[in-house]
Amino acid sequence: MAEVTMRVWRGDASGGNFEDYTIAQNEGEVVLDVIHRIQATEAPDLACRWNCKAGKCGSCAAEINGKPRLMCMTRMDELPEGPVTVTPMKTFPIIRDLVTDVSFNFAMAERVPALLPPPMPEDGYRMFQEDVERGQEFRKCIECFMCQDVCHVIRDHEENKQYYAGPRFFIRYAELEMHPLDQNDRREYVREDMGLGYCNITKCCTEVCPEHIKITDNAIIPLKERVVDAHYDPVAWLGRKIRRRTKRTSAEAGVQPTP
Amino acid sequence: MTTSPYEHHEYDVLIIGAGGAGLRAAIEAKQRGLSVGIVTKSLLGKAHTVMAEGGMAAAMGNVSSEDNWQVHFRDTMRGGKMLNNYRMAELHAKESPDRVRELEQWGALFDRTKDGKILQRDFGGHRYARLAHVGDRTGLELIRTLQQKVVSMGTDVFMECKVLQLVHDESGRIAGAVAYWRPTGEFVTFAAKSVILASGGVGKSWKFTSNSWESTGDGHAMALWAGAELIDMECIQFHPTGMVWPLSVRGLLVTEGVRGDGGVLRNSDGERFMFNYVADMFRAETAESEEEGDRWYEDHSAGRRPPELLPRDEVARAINAEVKAGRGTPHGGVYLDIGTRRSAEYIRRRLPSMYHQFMELAGVDITREAMEIGPTCHYIMGGVKVDADTAATKVAGLYAAGEVAGGMHGANRLGGNSLSDLVVFGRRAGLAASDYVEGGAGPSGFNWGEVESAVARALAPFENEGGENPYDIQRDLQEMMQANVGIIRTGSEIDLAISELETFTERVKNISVKGGRAYNPGWNLATDLPSMLTVSKCTSRGARDRKESRGGHTREDFPKASAEFGTFNLAHTIAGGAWDGEITTERSALLTMPDELKALLEEGK
Amino acid sequence: MAAIESATKVELGGVRGGPDVSTLRNDRWWLQPVVTVSILTAFVVYSTWAAFQNQNYYVGAAAHRDLISPFYSPCLTTTCVPGSGSGFAIHGWGLSPALIILIFPLGFRLTCYYYRRSYYRAFWWSPPACAVADGHGSYSGETKFPLIMHNAHRYFFFAGLVFNTLLTYDAIRAFHQPGLGWGVTVGTVVLVINAVLLWSYSLTCHACRHLCGGGLKSFSQHKARYRTWKFLSRYNSKHMNFAWASLIFVALTDVYVRLVASGALTDYKLF
Repeated sequence: MAEVTMRVWRGDASGGNFEDYTIAQNEGEVVLDVIHRIQATEAPDLACRWNCKAGKCGSCAAEINGKPRLMCMTRMDELPEGPVTVTPMKTFPIIRDLVTDVSFNFAMAERVPALLPPPMPEDGYRMFQEDVERGQEFRKCIECFMCQDVCHVIRDHEENKQYYAGPRFFIRYAELEMHPLDQNDRREYVREDMGLGYCNITKCCTEVCPEHIKITDNAIIPLKERVVDAHYDPVAWLGRKIRRRTKRTSAEAGVQPTP
Repeated sequence: MTTSPYEHHEYDVLIIGAGGAGLRAAIEAKQRGLSVGIVTKSLLGKAHTVMAEGGMAAAMGNVSSEDNWQVHFRDTMRGGKMLNNYRMAELHAKESPDRVRELEQWGALFDRTKDGKILQRDFGGHRYARLAHVGDRTGLELIRTLQQKVVSMGTDVFMECKVLQLVHDESGRIAGAVAYWRPTGEFVTFAAKSVILASGGVGKSWKFTSNSWESTGDGHAMALWAGAELIDMECIQFHPTGMVWPLSVRGLLVTEGVRGDGGVLRNSDGERFMFNYVADMFRAETAESEEEGDRWYEDHSAGRRPPELLPRDEVARAINAEVKAGRGTPHGGVYLDIGTRRSAEYIRRRLPSMYHQFMELAGVDITREAMEIGPTCHYIMGGVKVDADTAATKVAGLYAAGEVAGGMHGANRLGGNSLSDLVVFGRRAGLAASDYVEGGAGPSGFNWGEVESAVARALAPFENEGGENPYDIQRDLQEMMQANVGIIRTGSEIDLAISELETFTERVKNISVKGGRAYNPGWNLATDLPSMLTVSKCTSRGARDRKESRGGHTREDFPKASAEFGTFNLAHTIAGGAWDGEITTERSALLTMPDELKALLEEGK
Repeated sequence: MAAIESATKVELGGVRGGPDVSTLRNDRWWLQPVVTVSILTAFVVYSTWAAFQNQNYYVGAAAHRDLISPFYSPCLTTTCVPGSGSGFAIHGWGLSPALIILIFPLGFRLTCYYYRRSYYRAFWWSPPACAVADGHGSYSGETKFPLIMHNAHRYFFFAGLVFNTLLTYDAIRAFHQPGLGWGVTVGTVVLVINAVLLWSYSLTCHACRHLCGGGLKSFSQHKARYRTWKFLSRYNSKHMNFAWASLIFVALTDVYVRLVASGALTDYKLF
């Protein structure tokens, strides 16, 4: 039976270091299997977050050989020879071992002005497949937060967390802005308060997305273009004046619909 | 009230569990203007609801205009082998269309029909195309929609906070719960005027399961300890199609949608064996030949349904029999083939996550190769006995909805009925709990003694030196339950399980936990094991006493359903509330169905 | 700031886990930035040199040809070599005529979403590769001058369309060889490929995709724009390929014209 050395970071806010575990590796196993075996034998207190072990819940994100990956979807046999390093997501504060405090993402979720639809007709809304398809791509998101983790805007610049929603929430804003029923207009909100301008479209979010959502091309760039319409483009501004259209200011957009 | 020595919160409605049912209940109570706290073992949005793939059943008639609640009711009752709480099945069939539609107000985006309505797909046991869906990730859509709604309403959510025990007032009404924060290991108490259990299932007590670590039956066990009754605990659904290889993902779910979209089951001889396993009850509406079954996929009026779409218990038993007869695959399953029957493009569009799951985990391209599948522990039909209209348990102030509640699905659940169950009864639990709070019948105190004993029990493994590793106990328990109370059961094995479970009880009392309290998975498992044992005991006792085969309960020594056993549920109670206390199992008569509903069941038989 | 108040607070300065190193990646993450730097640097060096040459950018009637380098078209000064002028001439421009016009294609590429990704990574190291530490202490993204000017991308796109039209006109005109009539030479083929690649690059751009239909909220109300968007979306995913192909080919086109104009090469007539 093959053996592998897992170099797992262990520690908490007071510090930590790598510990090596040499352990058997069976056919078809993923990183999470091996971590579980370490837990069940050598280190029952090794902290790692997981739920479905099927790539559907997005709980077990960590950095494997330095790259954000889902532990449950990374097969051991696809990794290069030699020790496998497993570290917690870097962008979020450490709780313990491989578990991080991802509350930043929940704070950003609370700031999303929810869908603002017209009242629903008795027999439900009518929407067409072509209208819902763009949003459906973004709703595949399993909230593993690896896009947030890899995004250098907050990974390497802690202070930006105050005014930057991050890729996971840009796809949420894109979904809402492309929603055929939505009556809000979050373009100024996204620009002013959610920090869309901080994104320099280096596409790492798209690279790490386990759901293969084209975050940059299909959400962030279209959002940036919508912000250009709302804020930067003089011709669009003139068009609004002539057609007596208005846009919502950030403050107008940034309210939750009444329940 | 005594000041809590721990972090303390007070709510009108406390909800335990943040899956579909818990979140839907929260929305209802929140809309009433009550204060609501949701406690979940995991992060918000990770609950087992995300694993539901195929869709949510609701007789909207968008695809088959003949469909209506009566047919849905009939399908549910027949699928449940008539052991259901008929009133729950009735409410569910009547209300699920509204519950599905309202999700779109909150942002859900279901797949559409050509005329812009919600698209519905075929599924096992459902007479008409009835499952509203989004590709094969409907559960994710449901939980995300509810989660976003709950968050936008400003609800307090306690994440990675595990409830250990419910707390009463002096008169036995529910008064709250005691929990601990997984990140820090610190305890926290919740005083609440009402509590809604929405804690999901029990599947982690079996070795091959589609359930995550969370499904340890906490809610079932806590309800029992708190004085509620559990019913139908022997009725466990083994989903016919779980992955069997690689071993590390054995049990992982393969959606029924594969069969709904044209996939067929074959044994190692290449035979579509399901035609040999059509029970009399379903013969009239099942195709007799492969050609007829294939015609049905094209046009439902041109043939009858293929037998691959029989209810899950029927299909799981058939697969089990084929493997036992030596016609299984190299890894001990059978083949599920869609690659030779549908185009690659169709498969990737309709079943994207299945495509990726097999590609990435097994290296199998399902557009070209057959999948190897076998039954996997998936769902418990049984659960806390509740009043159908209010989701109220026997204990004042305690409600239960979703998988933790029993009765709705009888002896076997139809695919797609679970997601709609969550929202129908989640809402009803939210409504009833709110009524209870507003009616002023809430608790008059908080039993701190219960808190202290729960805390002491949780901390005991740290005091104990040289005891057992909880992981060893869990592994042994899973193997024992799989072997003795698995998909096919027999009296002697069940008796063995019951006596083994007593040994496990002693082992659990002798657990030692290494390390500190902060995010310690070993400790967390130690706090899960009492629940796992409690539900396993109920399942085994129910399995022992139900001397017949019905739905998710199959006895080798009693292979037929018996009319006598079809008239009652088996109800479990525990005396005194101790987790290792004596369990009493009694017959509890089914509700009597009104004549007009009985008439519905006779139709189209 | 007017964001919705969140009950969950963003707390800064939390201790992070893992070792304090710039990356733990052990694959060849540096390869892509190195390639990008090499090609873009080579292009910038060459095109700067070519733009300042102010000669050998046109092959005219004397050689029975009408081939102009894309770097010099449209030629807008009185100093343009005979035959290469555009009919509009700026007086008193002493430098190379290329310098007047190159700002537009340069601006289009500089503000292009794909090139931004590439040069932010390769030249600015912000970040050099995914999960490799940013090379800078502070970062304000595209929120301040000059990078905020990227929001003008669509105007450079419009300018790009004008240039594409002119270069297409150049390519068509090249088929008429003074004194010989219509015919196909290697030079005409080169100009055609160049024009096709430039069109492909422009029309697959994200701004174009947005303007053609991506900006709509509901597609079912606008069938034609939906179909256009869908078509463009398919090729938008190849924008990167068109970006590189058109960049390299536009330089090669200039090289070819330059070689023919200088007499080092004869433009071979195919038929």
